[in-house]
Amino acid sequence: MADSTDILTVKGLKAYYRMAYFGIDREVRAVDDITLSIRRNEVYGIAGESSSGKTSLIKVLAAAIRPPLEVVDGALTYRFGDIEIDPYKASSEEVNAIRWKHLSYIMQGSMSVLNPVRRIRHSFSDFAFQPMGVDKKTFWERTRAHLERLNLSPDILRAYPHELSGGMRQRVTIALATVCQPEFIIADEPTTALDVVVQKDVLAMIRDVQRQMGSSVVFVTHDMSVHANIADRIGIVYAGRLVEEGPTRTLFTAPKHPYTAHLVGSLPRIGDTTTKAALEGRPPNLADPPSGCRFHPRCPLAIDKCKTEVPPLETVGQSHRSACWRADEVKPLAPVAGQPAQVTP
Amino acid sequence: MTALLDVTAVSKRFAMGGILSRKQTDAVVDVSFTLASGTPEIFTIIGESGSGKTTLARMILGLEDPSDGQIVFEGSSAEERRNAARRLAFMRRVQPVFQNPFEAFNPLKQVERYLEATARTLLGLKDRTAIEDAMDGALQKVGLSYAEIKGRFPHELSGGQLQRVAIARALIPEPALLIADEPVSMVDASLRMSIVNLLRDLRDTFGVSVIYITHDLATAYYISDRIMIMQKGHVVEMGPARPVLETPQHPYSRLLKQSVLSTENAGQGVLEPADRSIARAAWENAGSGRLVEKPDGRMVRE
Ligand SMILES: Nc1ncnc2c1ncn2[C@@H]1O[C@H](COP(=O)(O)OP(=O)(O)O)[C@@H](O)[C@H]1O
Ligand SMILES: Nc1ncnc2c1ncn2[C@@H]1O[C@H](COP(=O)(O)OP(=O)(O)O)[C@@H](O)[C@H]1O
Ligand SMILES: [Mg+2]
Ligand SMILES: [Mg+2]
Repeated sequence: MADSTDILTVKGLKAYYRMAYFGIDREVRAVDDITLSIRRNEVYGIAGESSSGKTSLIKVLAAAIRPPLEVVDGALTYRFGDIEIDPYKASSEEVNAIRWKHLSYIMQGSMSVLNPVRRIRHSFSDFAFQPMGVDKKTFWERTRAHLERLNLSPDILRAYPHELSGGMRQRVTIALATVCQPEFIIADEPTTALDVVVQKDVLAMIRDVQRQMGSSVVFVTHDMSVHANIADRIGIVYAGRLVEEGPTRTLFTAPKHPYTAHLVGSLPRIGDTTTKAALEGRPPNLADPPSGCRFHPRCPLAIDKCKTEVPPLETVGQSHRSACWRADEVKPLAPVAGQPAQVTP
Repeated sequence: MTALLDVTAVSKRFAMGGILSRKQTDAVVDVSFTLASGTPEIFTIIGESGSGKTTLARMILGLEDPSDGQIVFEGSSAEERRNAARRLAFMRRVQPVFQNPFEAFNPLKQVERYLEATARTLLGLKDRTAIEDAMDGALQKVGLSYAEIKGRFPHELSGGQLQRVAIARALIPEPALLIADEPVSMVDASLRMSIVNLLRDLRDTFGVSVIYITHDLATAYYISDRIMIMQKGHVVEMGPARPVLETPQHPYSRLLKQSVLSTENAGQGVLEPADRSIARAAWENAGSGRLVEKPDGRMVRE
């Protein structure tokens, strides 16, 4: 399975929040048996509703977990040049050596990494100077050049975070995460809090920096229209499991899981006046998830088998996997992207 | 017939950094629009953060006084509502919906307490069965029931249910107008559609008018009858929602539309930032000119 084009392979990964309340053990199975690989030079989008486990999954990938979240099973291997590392089997020195330099993680709400009482340049020197491993002069030269490449004025190094707008702070955070030219960048909802105009600019910036550096980006958001515009491939997460994965265009035009069909088909669009149904039912409780296919209580195609047997994630087309007993019968709900919608007068 | 809501040349200016400071922000500048009574509609206010949407909503709710202009609701102005009884009568007719369902509810309080408080203060109910009936009636309108939420705390309900409870609370006095300030900006896509579908049902089934405040053009297109686009406190374009969003005319409206992420080219990697010249035109002349009426009934600032 290991392919030289893969920078990360994840096998059978399980990570649970384990807590004890009044002597009763409770487990939240936020990441439950995930197998996937991320290729070099691609943007891999992770989609799913809130509380489906997106943040938990990428915290595990970023080796940034803290109790009560624990990896309980599975393996995870990064390949950076000739370094091959499983952060959960390596020493903390080895893990620290890859941070920033090879692997960087833009956390949800991450604009807070910028220290509010210090100028931006201190954030750069605190986080990036040591990993870059060059002298001060070269460090600042590279930092300025990097900012310019991202259309940011090097003057912002002198600013305090509060002097910048939200969009500008998010751009600075991305510049900081990419200044050491890491091969692997993980970003959790980096544009969710931004206004539309700024959001599009920031997405374009992420796309540009990814192309310039040829790095791999794992991009998390619940917003499918963001994925449509930035991801090369998308993995759809439902209740801690990967339920479908494939090239972005394929998931939008020919989804093979009813949940994906819903996500793609319920997007309102200017020019489309058809009624869009919301997904019925409640999001599952990950401490006590539904039996069989976790989506079955909300699935329009569910049959008896779905209630008892977990559908495996199987290949259903080129680079396309789906975990559904009735994958062949899934139809896109909406007019196929690229064709104009039926407009009722 | 008197209008439901008449907003005439309303402005709001905030002094920045205290009363003695000379620095001022024009949060809302010379805004006028009317909602007719008897024809419920969804009137949407669109704009990026800082464009004055919340300030305008707060003035309509009587939580903030305009610096200039007049806001008249069903024939009475804010000055005429100074006494408690008239103020109460007004609050029965116009209700806000909180922005973020997760923040609106105290985690230590059962959610029915909020509904109960509204039934007591606005309807003056004291009898337990009457209160429960009022709560159940409002919850039924949002697809829930009192039995489903009885005794529940916020963490025991999903985000979608909480947002429905927040809307049910506002419906208790059977208002004519709901003001929903960004009710979907904090929720994910499938939940978003359940909330906007609910607002649409309230209009169609119960005749409630809604002022829907958002920066999301796609849901605005989906449910609105009319829209008003604001930039830095000024209305730049206003009119029937579909034509305005299909072919926006003001540079700022065009910039907003260009920034909407389309799914037509999903996965093709075409992600162009908005056209710089449109953006420049939009910002350079922000607020200049006056609103001019167009043949299709829209108003455009030029
Ligand atoms: N620190 C924590 N302790 C216990 N449970 C948690 C914690 N953080 C998240 N969870 C639970 O893990 C599940 C997945 O959450 P998360 O990974 O944040 O989802 P997403 O990013 O998709 O919204 C949820 O059920 C959430 O309540
Ligand atoms: N109480 C206040 N005091 C001073 N300035 C305010 C106050 N409320 C809002 N503003 C300013 O008014 C402008 C419009 O804000 P707001 O109405 O909240 O916009 P929106 O809801 O469209 O984001 C902003 O510049 C904001 O900083
Ligand atoms: Mg998250
Ligand atoms: Mg606001």
